Amino acid sequence: MASHYEAPIRRPLVIGDKDYHDVSVDIAAPIEGRANKHWWIVFSISLAAFLWGVGCIVYTISTGIGVWGLNKTVGWAWDITNFVWWVGIGHAGTLISAVLLLFRQKWRMAINRSAEAMTIFSVIQAGLFPVIHMGRVWVGYWVLPIPNQFGSLWVNFNSPLLWDVFAISTYLSVSLVFWYTGLLPDFAMIRDRAVKPFQKKIYSLLSFGWTGRAKDWQRFEEVSLVLAGLATPLVLSVHTIVSFDFATSVIPGWHTTIFPPYFVAGAVFSGFAMVNTLLIIMRKVCHLEAYITVQHIELMNIIIMITGSIVGCAYITELFMAWYSGVEYEQYAFLNRATGPYWWAYWAMMTCNVFSPQFMWFKKLRTSIMFSFFISIVVNIGMWFERFVIIVTSLHRDYLPSSWTMFSPTYVDIGIFVGTLGFFFVLFLLYARTFPVIAQAEVKSILKSSGEKYKKLRDAGQPLYQISKTGVVKEKELVDEVVENIVEEKPSVAPSEKKEVSSLLDSIGTFDASKEMPDDLKKVKGIGPKMEKTLNQIGIFTFAQVSRMTEKEYNLLDSITEAFPGRAQRDDWAGQARKLNNKK
Amino acid sequence: MASKVIHAYYNDDDVLMHAVKKVKTAKHHIEEVYCPFPVHGLDKAMGLAPTRIAITSFMYGCLGLTVAIVMMNYIMIEDWPQDIGGKPSFSYIENMPAFVPIMFELTVFFAAHLMVITFYLRSKLWPFKKAENPDVRTTDDHFVMEIEIHDNEKELKDLLLDTGAVEINVSEKNLH
Repeated sequence: MASHYEAPIRRPLVIGDKDYHDVSVDIAAPIEGRANKHWWIVFSISLAAFLWGVGCIVYTISTGIGVWGLNKTVGWAWDITNFVWWVGIGHAGTLISAVLLLFRQKWRMAINRSAEAMTIFSVIQAGLFPVIHMGRVWVGYWVLPIPNQFGSLWVNFNSPLLWDVFAISTYLSVSLVFWYTGLLPDFAMIRDRAVKPFQKKIYSLLSFGWTGRAKDWQRFEEVSLVLAGLATPLVLSVHTIVSFDFATSVIPGWHTTIFPPYFVAGAVFSGFAMVNTLLIIMRKVCHLEAYITVQHIELMNIIIMITGSIVGCAYITELFMAWYSGVEYEQYAFLNRATGPYWWAYWAMMTCNVFSPQFMWFKKLRTSIMFSFFISIVVNIGMWFERFVIIVTSLHRDYLPSSWTMFSPTYVDIGIFVGTLGFFFVLFLLYARTFPVIAQAEVKSILKSSGEKYKKLRDAGQPLYQISKTGVVKEKELVDEVVENIVEEKPSVAPSEKKEVSSLLDSIGTFDASKEMPDDLKKVKGIGPKMEKTLNQIGIFTFAQVSRMTEKEYNLLDSITEAFPGRAQRDDWAGQARKLNNKK
Repeated sequence: MASKVIHAYYNDDDVLMHAVKKVKTAKHHIEEVYCPFPVHGLDKAMGLAPTRIAITSFMYGCLGLTVAIVMMNYIMIEDWPQDIGGKPSFSYIENMPAFVPIMFELTVFFAAHLMVITFYLRSKLWPFKKAENPDVRTTDDHFVMEIEIHDNEKELKDLLLDTGAVEINVSEKNLH
């Protein structure tokens, strides 16, 4: 069909001989499988860092923010640096899912889910800092415009700090519903594949009963489009407002009109770097190389290069404006940044943010996975230094030379920052094990236009589909259909044993999956996981069934399983099962 | 009320689209199509009305803007005007430039959240809602077309098999 046409010059976005079912299998695999050793190691480290951060936060709140390295000249340092850094990282997710959706960029579909997850997790980290910085967090609700007992005292809507409260909370909540709405069909896919009752329950709950009617999909697409349209100006507004925190003040180095676009470009820059960091690891660990291809990494590198160059332009413009303005305070602020006691931070920022992305002009480098990973880390570090330079160097030498000072972080400052890194990775690692990390429904919708399998068919001049008239009519109730599917997943008992199985089930009763819940047969002494599987294959799922077994059934069972003859009698499975069944 | 429906299974979106068009030309009413992913043009081919959810979003956005204006006018101008950084607070319009960020944020907040809530309610999506897809394969790689039977079972079966259905099922369905 014409709608699946894509120019042959475009490289495939899904590599390999994948059809729709393969996509489901590949994306469900990390959820259905078990976590490997590496996952546990990284998770433990992150959790330890997170707990360390929690300790430092508790210490800060219980003692006061005097435990940080702040002094009367440098009243903002790591806390706000970390806040802006995390918010910046949070920008890539919405940019990928919203802006690239509006531009109909198909490559976003493999990465939007994880990028949005990253957005949400990093905005959570960002939100922690202003809250802790309030000192008395228990009165944090005072930032809300609520009538209070102190008379008609309201929050100040002229203040950029209050704009921030609204911007960040709108951004976090809208990103969350955008992400979650996209997750519904994918949770439904996991739900319908789930074999274990507990998983099925959880994913039924998470999928909100997604059914996939044509009307649902119509609304779903419209909602996605409108949310993208709303999120695009929103994402630009958020970092604009964050930059107002600085730009509306009269501190040299902060008081510049270039801040909003410069901050937004920097945010996209650092966000894409973090997406690259995370996805280069995730595609390897979750075996998603066919979906998150080298082409994806290359395209993200190009965005890093462009936004890095915009940031570089902004740095140079700032220097020019300081000179051109003729304001000596402004001139000194920039001279001090580049040559003062914090010169190392300034040049670290310049090297990491302006110089390093320029390597991406070379195709060989931007398609190298190791190099991309390295640069993504470098950019993350550089962008942290950018915020540190802007905040601390503008403050530490203020208008009164007698109060000039330096800032040095305490272990609590460092601990809270490390803690948020840990928290971020804890969330991301849990996400990677339990959520469909790729928007599989969307990937399926572009499979025919951009999948390698279909591209090859098209190049060979073959049709992408054939209407075969060999369908079968099945006269069955739907309930049976579902049960049969569950049983079919397991290797069935050999046909020669069929007769014995049915006579066994006749005497102990059959299991109806639509009405009953299977019991944990392993609770019966003598039934291990392997035996339980065998019993399930035969059709024995409940204690009630086991309790009805007598000598005759034991012998039948032995002849079917041919394992441990006489064992069931010795351990008295029926008696045990009767007790367990009564306890239920 | 229970009625008999026929479920035709397809394993390809293009085949499904052809089938939908064919069934529509044969003047049968397609009750529902369950898909694992959005099939573009399916809603039109089935004859579904366009969704009006974007219009609701616009109205919710207007509501959000109104809320923001009314709230800030009351708080900053009427109830307790203050001289903050020399920004004039004699009337809303004078102080308005400082309120633009919040006016924008609340517009987006209302438009996005209320639209999503509307979508969830209209499409019956909420926690503990039971899924109603007739087959677990409809979230994986199968498309199911549902047609109600009115004494034309044989005719429908032949038609659907002819359109390339891989499987056909007849079942009782409780209309909701």
